[in-house]
Amino acid sequence: MEQFALWDLIVNILVGAMIAATPLVLAATGELVAERAGVLNLGVEGMMVVGAIAGFSAVIATGSAALALLAAVVAGSAMALLFAVLALTLRANQVASGLALTMFGLGLSALWGQGYSGLSAPAFPRLSVAGLGDLPVVGKLVFGHDLLVYLSLALVAAVAWALARTRLGLVVRAVGENHDAAYTLGYPVIAVRYLATLVGGAMAGLGGAYLSLVQTPLWVERMTAGRGWIALALVVFAAWRPWRALAGAYLFGGITVLQLHSQALGLKVDAQLLAMLPYLATIAVLVAVSREGVRLRLNAPACLGKPFYATA
Amino acid sequence: MGRPLLELEGITKDFPGVRANDGVTLTVGRREIHALLGENGAGKSTLVKIVYGLMRADGGAMRLDREPYAPARPSEARAHGIAMVCQHFSLFEGLTVAENIALGLGRAGAGLSRRIAAVSSNYGLKLDPGRLVGTLSAGERQRVEVVRCLLEEPKLLIMDEPTSVLTPQEIEALFATLRRLASEGCSILYISHKLEEIRTLCGRATILRAGKVVESCDPRQETARSLAEMMIGTTLAPPWRENGAGPADSKVRLRVSSLRLASDRQFGVGLDDISFEVRAGEILGIAGVAGNGQAELMRALTGERLPAAPGAIAVDGIPVGGSGPEVRRELGMCFVPEERLGQASVADMTLWENAALTGLPRMGLSRLGFLDVRKARAFAGNIVSSYGVHVRGLDGAARSLSGGNLQKFVVGREMLQAPSVLIAAQPTWGVDAGAAAAIHQALLSLAQAGAAVLVISQDLDELFAIAGRIAVISNGRLTPAKPVEVLTAHEIGLSMGGHPSADVVDAPEVAHA
Amino acid sequence: MPRLEARPQPSRLMFYATPLIAILFTLAAGGVLFALLKKPPLEALALIFIRPLTSVRGLAELTVKAAPLILIAIGLAAGFRAGVWNIGAEGQYTVGALAGGSLALAVYPVTGWWLLPLMSLAGIIGGAAWAAIPALLRSRFNANEILVSLMLNYVAVFLLGSLVHGPLRDPDGLNFPESRLFQTALPLIVPGTRAHVGFVVALIAALVAWVLMEWHLLGFQIKVLGQAPGAARFAGFSEPRLVWLCFLVSGGCAGLAGLFEATGPVGQLVPALPAGYGFTGIIVAFLGRLHPAGIVLAGLLMALTYIGGETAQISMSLPSAATAVFQGMFLFFLLASDLLVNYRVRWRSHTQPAPAGHTVPDMALPRSTSAQPSAQPGE
Repeated sequence: MEQFALWDLIVNILVGAMIAATPLVLAATGELVAERAGVLNLGVEGMMVVGAIAGFSAVIATGSAALALLAAVVAGSAMALLFAVLALTLRANQVASGLALTMFGLGLSALWGQGYSGLSAPAFPRLSVAGLGDLPVVGKLVFGHDLLVYLSLALVAAVAWALARTRLGLVVRAVGENHDAAYTLGYPVIAVRYLATLVGGAMAGLGGAYLSLVQTPLWVERMTAGRGWIALALVVFAAWRPWRALAGAYLFGGITVLQLHSQALGLKVDAQLLAMLPYLATIAVLVAVSREGVRLRLNAPACLGKPFYATA
Repeated sequence: MGRPLLELEGITKDFPGVRANDGVTLTVGRREIHALLGENGAGKSTLVKIVYGLMRADGGAMRLDREPYAPARPSEARAHGIAMVCQHFSLFEGLTVAENIALGLGRAGAGLSRRIAAVSSNYGLKLDPGRLVGTLSAGERQRVEVVRCLLEEPKLLIMDEPTSVLTPQEIEALFATLRRLASEGCSILYISHKLEEIRTLCGRATILRAGKVVESCDPRQETARSLAEMMIGTTLAPPWRENGAGPADSKVRLRVSSLRLASDRQFGVGLDDISFEVRAGEILGIAGVAGNGQAELMRALTGERLPAAPGAIAVDGIPVGGSGPEVRRELGMCFVPEERLGQASVADMTLWENAALTGLPRMGLSRLGFLDVRKARAFAGNIVSSYGVHVRGLDGAARSLSGGNLQKFVVGREMLQAPSVLIAAQPTWGVDAGAAAAIHQALLSLAQAGAAVLVISQDLDELFAIAGRIAVISNGRLTPAKPVEVLTAHEIGLSMGGHPSADVVDAPEVAHA
Repeated sequence: MPRLEARPQPSRLMFYATPLIAILFTLAAGGVLFALLKKPPLEALALIFIRPLTSVRGLAELTVKAAPLILIAIGLAAGFRAGVWNIGAEGQYTVGALAGGSLALAVYPVTGWWLLPLMSLAGIIGGAAWAAIPALLRSRFNANEILVSLMLNYVAVFLLGSLVHGPLRDPDGLNFPESRLFQTALPLIVPGTRAHVGFVVALIAALVAWVLMEWHLLGFQIKVLGQAPGAARFAGFSEPRLVWLCFLVSGGCAGLAGLFEATGPVGQLVPALPAGYGFTGIIVAFLGRLHPAGIVLAGLLMALTYIGGETAQISMSLPSAATAVFQGMFLFFLLASDLLVNYRVRWRSHTQPAPAGHTVPDMALPRSTSAQPSAQPGE
C-alpha cells in the first residue's frame, strides 16, 4: 500500500511537471522560430499574457475551447505584429521594442481582464481513448493529458522537422544567419522575419491560453509571472534546438512542481523562498550554458537582434 | 565580338547627394570576358546590382538577347540566365556547403549532392558538401560560390572583385576556369580595379569614372599605365622612396617574440608562435589572405586582447604584452585598424569626438578627468587641414564622410600623434587612388622620420610599393621576413597558400583541364 | 508609397522632437481607447493630464511619484547609453528598501539625525549589491544581463515577501505581513503634503549625471561603448569596468529610490512596495532620450499618468490598468517615431529605398558607392 502511494506521488509529479511545462514549451518553441530568423523578441511575456486573457474571455463568451485557442493565437499574433512593425519595418531597437511589448501587454491584459476575475473556465477537453487512460502509470502519464499537451508536442516536432528538413526552414535559418546574403540571393528577408515573428506570437498566445484555460482555469492579472522570460532563457539553454527546448521546459516544469509538492515530500521551507526556485534555476542555467561562450555562439543565429537594411 | 548578349543603354542611378551611374552604355558579347574597370566609388558595383536585380535603375534601358530586360529581383535575373559571384554578403557561415548551394538555386533540386559532385569534378573545383562554410578558407568559399553559379548553367556570369582574397596561385586557377567557361559559351562580366588581371584575362574593357563610361577598349592592346590613366583621369606618381629596405643597423623599435593567442571568435584563426621585429626607419609588410590570423594579430598588437606572456610584445625594449591600448599609446604605439567605422571611429559621433577617441593619452585632451573640448577640436582641425580631409565642419558625424576621407582622417589622427611605432591594417582598402597615394606617402615619410611601421595588407601591390621587407601570415603562422628585392609574387603566393596545401596542387590540374 | 531615405547623419531636431510626437500620438490613441471604454475622451484626457496640475496637492503628489521614477531612470540611462541592459531596477529598488529598512528595524527604537543618512547608504549599497549579480554574471560568465536582472526582480519580490512574513514582521501588529512603522521619516519639502526630499535628491542626481555624461571622460567612454563596442575596445576603454560601473550606479540609484519610497510615503516595509517603478523607469529613460534634463521632464509626465489615472479611476471609474496601457503606448510611439531621427520620409514614388543605415553608411555617400565594406569573410 505504501509502495502504491509513492508511485502515485511520482506519477502525479511527472504529470504536474508536464502541465507546468507546456506553456513554456509552446512559448519557447515559438520564440525559437523567431530567433532562428534573427528576430530577438523580448515581448514573449506580453504576448503570453494577452493570449491568456484572449483565450479566457473567448471561452467565457462562447464556451468553446477551440474558439478560445483561436482567440489566443490571433491575440498573440496581433501582439507580435505590433512588434514586427516596430522592429522590422520601422527599424526600432529590438530590445527596447520587446520591453515595450511586454509592458504594453501587461497593461492591456489587465484592462481587458477587468470583468473576468472570479470567473472560472470550463474544463478543457482531454484525450480519451477507451480503456487506455485507466492503465496503471502509463495511462495517466501517456494517455491522460489534455489535448494541448499533445498539440504542444506535435508543434515541437513540426518545428524541428521544418527547420531541419524543409526549404522554408532552410530559408529561415539563412535569414537568421546572414540577412545580407539572403537578400542578395533574392530572399524576402523582412517577410520571412515577419512570418517567424508571427509564429512566435501565435505560440506564445497559445502558451498563455494554456495557463488561463487549463493550468489554473481562471484569469488573474499578470498570471504569466515571468514565464515569458523563462521561455526566452530556455531558447538560449536549448542552443536554438527545438528538442532541447522541450527537454529544458520539462526540467523547469519539474522544478516548479517539486516546489508545489514539497509539503507532501516533507520539506519544511518557506513558500516564498520556494517560489524563487524557478527564477534562480533560470539564472543558474543561463550561467551554466553561457560559460561555454564559444560553443554557444556557434549555435546562435549570427544576425540575432541585428536590424536589417536593404543595402546590397 | 559576335552577337551581343547584354546591352545597357544610358543607365542612370541616383543616391541622395550623388549620381552613382550616369548614362552608362555598354555591350557584352557572347563568349566574351568583359572587364568593368574603375576605382573604388566609380559605380561598378551599383551597375552590376542593377543588372542582377538588386537595385533598379532610375533611367535607361537594358536588353538581354535583344529582348527588353528589367529584373525586379535577383530570382528574375537568375531565371534569365544571369548568375553573380559577389565578393561579400553571399555565404552563410553557419550552414553547410550543400545548404549554401541549395539556397542559391531557387528551387530544391533532387539529387543536389550528385550534381554538386559532377560540376566540381568537371571543373576541378574540389568541395566537401557536408562542411560548414565558416570552416573554409577564402579560396574554398569562392569555389562554393562558383559551383553554385555553374549549377544554374548561366549565360552571363558576373564576378565582382573576385580576386581580392585569393593567392596568386588561386587566381591562376580561377582564370583557367573562367576561360573554359567562356569557351563553352558563357559570357563573363568581370569587375576589378586590378589592371594586370584585366590585361591577362579580358578581351574587352569598359572603364567607369565617377559613374560615367570614359573609355571602352581592348585591354590587351593597352599598358597598365594607360589603363590606370583612363581609370583615374590623371597620372599618379608612384610613391617616392629613398631605398627599398630600412637601415639594417638601426635600433629595433617593435619586437614580437613567440606570440601565441587563441582566437575568441567563431571560425577565427589563432596566432601560433609569431615572431618578428621592426626597426626604426623601416616598413615591414605582412601579406596574407584574409582570415589567416591578421585580425587576431592586430588585436594582440593594439592590446585589445592580451597574450599570455607580457614579454611577447616589446616597444623600444619595454614589454607591453600585458598592457592595454592606452598604455601602449603612451609608449608611442599608434594604430590604423582595418574597420574604419565601428573600430577606428564611432559612426554617429562628431569628428572632434572621434579625434579624442585615440588622441586622449598622447595629446593631452583631458583635464581633471573632463574632456577638453577646445583642445580636442583643435586636434581634429589640425588633422582635417594637414591631411586634406573634405568635411563640412568638425561637428559632422564620422559616417557622413566618404570612405576615403574617413580613412585619411583616421590615418592623420594616428600620424599627428608622432608615433614611434605605427601599425596599419589594410590602410588603403576601399579608398580611391588619390587618397591611397597620399596615405602611402605619409607612411613612407613617417618611417623616414625614424618610426617603425608595420603594414598588414592583402594587397601585394601595396606592400611591394612601400615595404622594405615582407613576411607572410598563413593559418596563424608567420614566415620569416625577406627584403622585397629578393621576393617574387609567386613565392609569396606559395607562402600565402601555406606551402604544400591542396590549393596549390590543384592549380596546374585546373590549368590543364 | 512613402520611401525611407537615410540621412547622412542623425537629425538633432528630430532627436528632440520625436518624444513630443510620441506624446501627441499617445494622447490621440488614448482618446480612442477612452472612446472604446465608453468614456468621453477629451474629458478623460483633461482629467488625467491637466486636473492634477491645478492643485497644490496634485503638484505635490506629482513630485512624490516622479522622485523614484527620475532617480531610477537617471541610473538606467547611464547603462542604456553603454548598451548595458539592466532590466532589474524593480528588484534593486526592492532590495534597497529592504536593506535600509532592515537597518532601521534592527536598531529600533533608537533614532537620531544619523539614522536617515545611514539608511540611505544602506539602500544604495543594497541596490548596488543586487545589481552586482548580473554585472558579475555578465562580465565573468558572459550570461545575458537582461534575463538575469529580470529574474532577480521576481527573486527580490519573494525575498521581501518572505522577510515581512517572517523576521521583519511587526511584533506588535495584528499578524499582517508588514513591518513596524519606521522610527524616522523623510523630511517633507511642502508641509501638509507628501512631497519629500527624495524629489530634491532626484534633481541633484540629474544635475550630477548631466555633468558627468556630457563632459566627463566616463560619459564619453560610456557613449563610445554603447555606440561602437569595437571602437571602445580599440580605444582601450575597459568594457568590464564600464559594465560594472553602469550596474552599480543604476542599482544604487534604484536602491535609494526604494528606500525613499519606504521611508517616505509608505513608512514601513510591505509586500506591495515594488509597484512597477522599476519598469516605468525604463520608459522614462527612453522618453527622456537618456538625457538627464529629458528624464526629469519624462519622469514628471509619467508621474502625471499615475496621478491622473488615480483621479480618473475615482471620478470616472476608469480602470487603473489604463495607466499601464498609456505608459506602454508612450514607449511604442517613441520607438516608432525614432525612425525619423535617422531617416527622411519621401513621398515621391520613384525614389528607391536609400542604401544606407548604421551598418553601411558609406553607401549613401559620394564616391564610395562601390566601396568595399572592410569586413572580410573568414574573420
